[in-house]
Amino acid sequence: MTASFPPRAVRDSQPLITFLLGHQFFSIMFPLGISPYIIGGLIIGLGVAFVYVLTGLHATQSSLFSTTISYFSKMPYFQRKSYLESREWRLFFAAGVILGAAVYALTVSPEGFWTTRVQLWRIVVGGFLVGLGTRLSSGCTSGHGISGIASLSTTSLFAVITFIIFGIITAHVVQFLGVLP
Amino acid sequence: MNNRNVILFVGGLVFGFGLAWGGMAKPEVVLSFLQLKDYGLILLMGVATGTTFVAINIIPRFVEKPILGGEFKPRSRDLTRNTLLGAVIFGIGWGLSGQCPGSSLASIGIGNLLVLPGIAAMFLGAYVMGRFFGS
Repeated sequence: MTASFPPRAVRDSQPLITFLLGHQFFSIMFPLGISPYIIGGLIIGLGVAFVYVLTGLHATQSSLFSTTISYFSKMPYFQRKSYLESREWRLFFAAGVILGAAVYALTVSPEGFWTTRVQLWRIVVGGFLVGLGTRLSSGCTSGHGISGIASLSTTSLFAVITFIIFGIITAHVVQFLGVLP
Repeated sequence: MNNRNVILFVGGLVFGFGLAWGGMAKPEVVLSFLQLKDYGLILLMGVATGTTFVAINIIPRFVEKPILGGEFKPRSRDLTRNTLLGAVIFGIGWGLSGQCPGSSLASIGIGNLLVLPGIAAMFLGAYVMGRFFGS
């Protein structure tokens, strides 16, 4: 019998964190593994951090809707100073987000371009509620979620807890009614 | 195109690349979290928030001002009834569609053009908010 190197027990060993928490725990909590989430989260955070350190701006998403409407609507609500000042860079930021995702699809992605199986009515009705709700709340998953909590804002913490709870309830109701995915 | 717009474009490229890598450009992955089948979204938000926390709370101790000018100011909003009511409405839309504003933009990038009517609906929702509830 020939000895292999490194010894089999070492070669087949799990990462320490997986060992400590148990392999089953991880495959139940994270069926797709944890690395896409860790890497993706880190890259997203670096994007926001890069913008903040260079410009002092919070690179958040949902304001884009209101600031872009200011190009078309004369209503005072949309013509407010903060929207007029930020509407241009928000469009550059949005263009970057779209192209960045396209770069991922064309390079790292194992599957290239991809299309959802979520029904159109859910995309449209859900989209309307997302637009209305995020603007009423002054923030979304990035504004309240990433930038707000990173700014230690209790307002954002309450908002995040609220939208996660209602998101979970709604997703379960939809699933219970047999509508998939 | 001024410097600030270039920075925002580059920051957006990074942000969108990360969203796509983390699976958030796919409504199915977001829904699998909201259906409590895969807790990865919490992990992703935690890491993204932690990284941003360093930029907002630690880097300004060593760097006086943003490199291209302006000032360091943590994001703050007043807590009002609308903050929570809006979060409830957003949560319902999020749970129904698996989309949020940033992820829907990234979704276009990965070729999911079916999200375009959803983005049009987000603009409509934002317009309705300003038109009827804006002050």
